[in-house]
Amino acid sequence: MTLRDLVLVGHGMVGQRFLEALFERPHDWRVTVLAEEPRPAYDRVHLTSWFSGTTAEELSLCPPSFAEENGIDLRLGDPAVAVDRAARTVTTRSGAVLGYDALVLATGSYPFVPPVPGHDAEGCHVYRTIEDLEAIRAGAERARVGAVVGGGLLGLEAAGALRAMGLETHVVEFAPRLMALQVDDGGGRVLRRAIEELGVVVHTGAGTQSIETGEDGAVRGMALSDGSSVEADLVVFSAGVRPRDQLARDCGLAVGERGGIVVDEQCRSSDPRISAIGECALAADGRVYGLVAPGYAMAEVAAAELTGAAGAFTGADTSTKLKLLGVDVASFGDAHGATPGALDVLYSDSRSGVYKKLVVHPDGRLLGGVLVGDAESFATLRPLAIGGAPLTVPAEQLILPASEGGAAGKLELPDDAVVCSCHNVSKGAIRAAVAEQGCASIPEVKKCTKAGTGCGSCLKLMGGIVSAELQAAGVEVAKGLCEHFAHTRSELYEIVRVKGITSFARLRDEHGTGLGCEICKPAVASILASLGNGHILDGEQGALQDTNDHHLANLQRNGSYSVVPRVPGGEITPQGLITIGEIARDFGLYTKITGGQRIDLFGARVDQLPAVWARLVDAGFESGHAYGKALRTVKSCVGETWCRFGVQDSVGLAIELELRYRGLRAPHKLKSAVSGCARECAEAQSKDFGVIATAEGWNLYVGGNGGMTPRHADLLAKDLDRDTLIRTIDRFLMFYIRTADRLERTAPWLDRLEGGLDHLRQVVLEDSLGIADELDQMMARHVETYQDEWAAVLADPQRLRRFVSFVNAPGTPDPTVRFVPERDQIRPARPDEDGHVLIGGTSLEVRSR
Amino acid sequence: MTETLTFDAAVAVDVDVAEPVAARTRTAVEIHDGQHWVQVCELDELLPGRGVAVLLGAEQVALFRDPADGLHALDNRDPFSGAHVLSRGLLGSRGPVQVLVSPMLKQAFDLDTGRCLDEDTAPDGSSATLRRWPVRSRPSQALPDGVREP
Repeated sequence: MTLRDLVLVGHGMVGQRFLEALFERPHDWRVTVLAEEPRPAYDRVHLTSWFSGTTAEELSLCPPSFAEENGIDLRLGDPAVAVDRAARTVTTRSGAVLGYDALVLATGSYPFVPPVPGHDAEGCHVYRTIEDLEAIRAGAERARVGAVVGGGLLGLEAAGALRAMGLETHVVEFAPRLMALQVDDGGGRVLRRAIEELGVVVHTGAGTQSIETGEDGAVRGMALSDGSSVEADLVVFSAGVRPRDQLARDCGLAVGERGGIVVDEQCRSSDPRISAIGECALAADGRVYGLVAPGYAMAEVAAAELTGAAGAFTGADTSTKLKLLGVDVASFGDAHGATPGALDVLYSDSRSGVYKKLVVHPDGRLLGGVLVGDAESFATLRPLAIGGAPLTVPAEQLILPASEGGAAGKLELPDDAVVCSCHNVSKGAIRAAVAEQGCASIPEVKKCTKAGTGCGSCLKLMGGIVSAELQAAGVEVAKGLCEHFAHTRSELYEIVRVKGITSFARLRDEHGTGLGCEICKPAVASILASLGNGHILDGEQGALQDTNDHHLANLQRNGSYSVVPRVPGGEITPQGLITIGEIARDFGLYTKITGGQRIDLFGARVDQLPAVWARLVDAGFESGHAYGKALRTVKSCVGETWCRFGVQDSVGLAIELELRYRGLRAPHKLKSAVSGCARECAEAQSKDFGVIATAEGWNLYVGGNGGMTPRHADLLAKDLDRDTLIRTIDRFLMFYIRTADRLERTAPWLDRLEGGLDHLRQVVLEDSLGIADELDQMMARHVETYQDEWAAVLADPQRLRRFVSFVNAPGTPDPTVRFVPERDQIRPARPDEDGHVLIGGTSLEVRSR
Repeated sequence: MTETLTFDAAVAVDVDVAEPVAARTRTAVEIHDGQHWVQVCELDELLPGRGVAVLLGAEQVALFRDPADGLHALDNRDPFSGAHVLSRGLLGSRGPVQVLVSPMLKQAFDLDTGRCLDEDTAPDGSSATLRRWPVRSRPSQALPDGVREP
């Protein structure tokens, strides 16, 4: 394939979006990018956040590997200086001459600096690039008073930054109000008041006459057109921008009277081989757009055009919503009432700094509006104004506070209302995505319509529309497991059990769609494991397990794992404690006592896990299943053996229960406890199943929970003998496993269970469903086939092979898993800390001082 | 194990280890590091639907074999946690898109483009799109056991 040459001039936000859009499609372009700035494209919209600590790297929009991956010749700091359209070449500042088949101009704009005397004195700045901001910060260190020329969006951002750097700050605006483009006089007053309360001095209706300088040539102040003056030693010009169209002018392309490269709806200039996008272009609707969203739209149109696809940029909505110096400001549609016959509806409360104006047509349509101080209803009002549909609620109710009868929240949007203005997606299109294309969630609707993938401000509104539509369609949103299965977990359990299905692939082929996901794969893996299908890492099951199950350990924040050996009933010998201590010491692991009466060992790398397990297994320990949706621990108090009050051997029973149910996979984790008397020191009533000793036997409690939503357990049966107790627990657990939803603990399951506790009693004690034998057999099979998952891995080279750091360098420890000492142990290093790589053994010195 | 499991891919994971290894036909997996194709493992070492971590020079790559035997090589670093763990994520699909799901906080990434389907940027403001590497498989010379190409 012969490649054609494309030269992109300018690597700003719009240039980068153009490249992304181009490389998303099949194409035959060899791309060279000529950038003026010393760094690749970055986020200019959030430029001000640089002052509050966001780094240039974080502002970057271009991943470091982007150019290389896409074969782009990205030339930083070498801008285009001339275009020869006849020869089809571009000359750069360094003298390089590049031929082109297509040329895309994305040169953006430059800050307008009024040509007043002294405008280029030392101490005068503009606000456009990271370098500009660096210069302002350096200047602010020596300055006391800063003045910003221009009270628009950028000017107020600049004022906020100067104020935050401790400067006395002035804003000088030529127009009679702040943000003259976006808000009206009333809104401007509220905004001004709010900003003045922050200590910023605002001068409106005042032009800059001259910049005064001292003997050293540096700024000392400025004279204003209203005769007043401002003493300032730092000045930031932020009085608007102008299209950078010089390159186009010099090569004879058509430009607008007031600047901007003339382009058609496909963003082609007067030379069909040359396109212009973003702030340098004068769009087909005769406007120059200084916002990023229209620039992005043009970038996509130009990329489509250059790859043989269709697209058109016919204009864009310039509604804006932002927070300036802590004040919400929004304007949308015909904010200034320019439509003939337009009427105003006003709400103003200067005590609380709220100003709202709606512009309506005499026929009742909403045309536009201004919101200052409270812009919550922007997302609903903007699409109504852009769509031009008649209001279904009186306009005054849309701007009144809810306490005064406001009804903005109750508003129904018509189908043609544009919800996502970045991608021009209407409410009707979102509804159709749900109703006709089967999207059942926000991510699916985003994918299908692109709505909400731009600035994201419409996501909340979208969420409401999607759930309303799902409800209207009769979809029970929470019922199906995920997009791949329309069944609940318990339905799938029955299918798997009755049909004897042993693989995810078969279940999905017969009852599901797609490839599965992080929800259904582990859920089905758990069902297969509950029904006894061999080691959880064998065969296809290995590919279904969540990372904790897959590594038989618990993933921690830095990619290392924690290891919890089983300590049944919390009873452990001195030698056992010593061994665990030795293992932790030898591998340099952090140790902590858990709430379940065992010991957690943190900080093991994937490749260390088998060695840690081997030592534990050698010493007689086994997996504690802390990683699984399975039985965790059966806690116990010390019971009658030692305790003066105890009436039964609670430790003995706890050990028996823990060994019986160890490894049992369930819809969620299972916790248990046994108390030796009514004092309840083991806290059995906060467990999924808890046992409390009585003089006659054992009381069984179920459905308890601690954690986020505590629930006191219910008494299921009283004074049971040991055998009846165990049989009852067997049935309770198996019935739960069979009927609960995914990740549903016993507490919510019991609350949801039809017939409640009485029904549960009938099932497990009186066999009202005739399934007791089946439940008993399933538990018997679990007890018979239990194996220690760690020992089984250690015994099998195939399974062991998974526990390496790198498939091509199994012996190399992951260098990114790093630790630092804290309180005489290790903890994960934070990104800004160096840390040690722990190589196992006793190599790490742990000292906190 | 007593039962034969069904697979999407025609690859037996239960390799008969008693068989002489060198006699098998081998398929090598190679990743392009920007300059060369580097052999990183054999296809047999990859479980369909799962990934492995690869050390490519100083960089960590998460290498996956999807259920249809397609190979994917993406950045192993999870942009949301900063941990190098993506090779331990699950594969699946969202609608028509084949995805990798981070094991840390469960964000989904498009396997074919590296784009995060849930969020555009990481908490630190950086792009949440994963870098991808070209990857291929091809028949390779049988190497004695334990010997790997550099």
